[in-house]
Amino acid sequence: MIERLRVGSIVVLVAGGVFFTFVSTTGVLRLPDVYTRAHTASQADTLGAGFALAAVALALGWQPATLITVLLMFFIFITNPTAAHAIARAAYESGIEPWREDEP
Amino acid sequence: MSLVNDVFIGAAAVFVVLAIAMLYRVIKGPTMQDRVLAVNVLGTNTVVILALLAAGLEEPWFLDIALIYALLNFLMTIAISKFTVERGGII
Repeated sequence: MIERLRVGSIVVLVAGGVFFTFVSTTGVLRLPDVYTRAHTASQADTLGAGFALAAVALALGWQPATLITVLLMFFIFITNPTAAHAIARAAYESGIEPWREDEP
Repeated sequence: MSLVNDVFIGAAAVFVVLAIAMLYRVIKGPTMQDRVLAVNVLGTNTVVILALLAAGLEEPWFLDIALIYALLNFLMTIAISKFTVERGGII
């Protein structure tokens, strides 16, 4: 019973990770501006990576490698929005105007 | 346990396809910041692929490589963002 619950949770978490990474890739390919791309890259991609790494940590069980996976999850959770913020700030300070809806 | 391994390896294949699709933005991106952002997302995808393969192939030492890759990815993004503003380029 516990084993089936664990396998089901792993499958659901991996599916969520694949879905949110797909959303992130579509956003980076399709959105019109560097700021909107930074937005989707910092939110959807962090969530997708967090889901996939949680599935890995659940599949590995109780062993020292799980500690590395949880550490990696927190690291990505902190550094990915920081990197997107740095990129957006660099874009603003080098003179890129934000996209408006009434412009082409 | 074999089903879980297949799920992880299939998810890693999907992530590889998404990373290859991301290369379009790296090549075409109009500005420097677009390219840096796409490379950053691609690096996050690579970390996730390494972790999924570590669980799918049952070789946990892949996670050490993933950790170092995540660290270098963050350092690269911060360094390029800082240098493009303060010194007008990387070189």
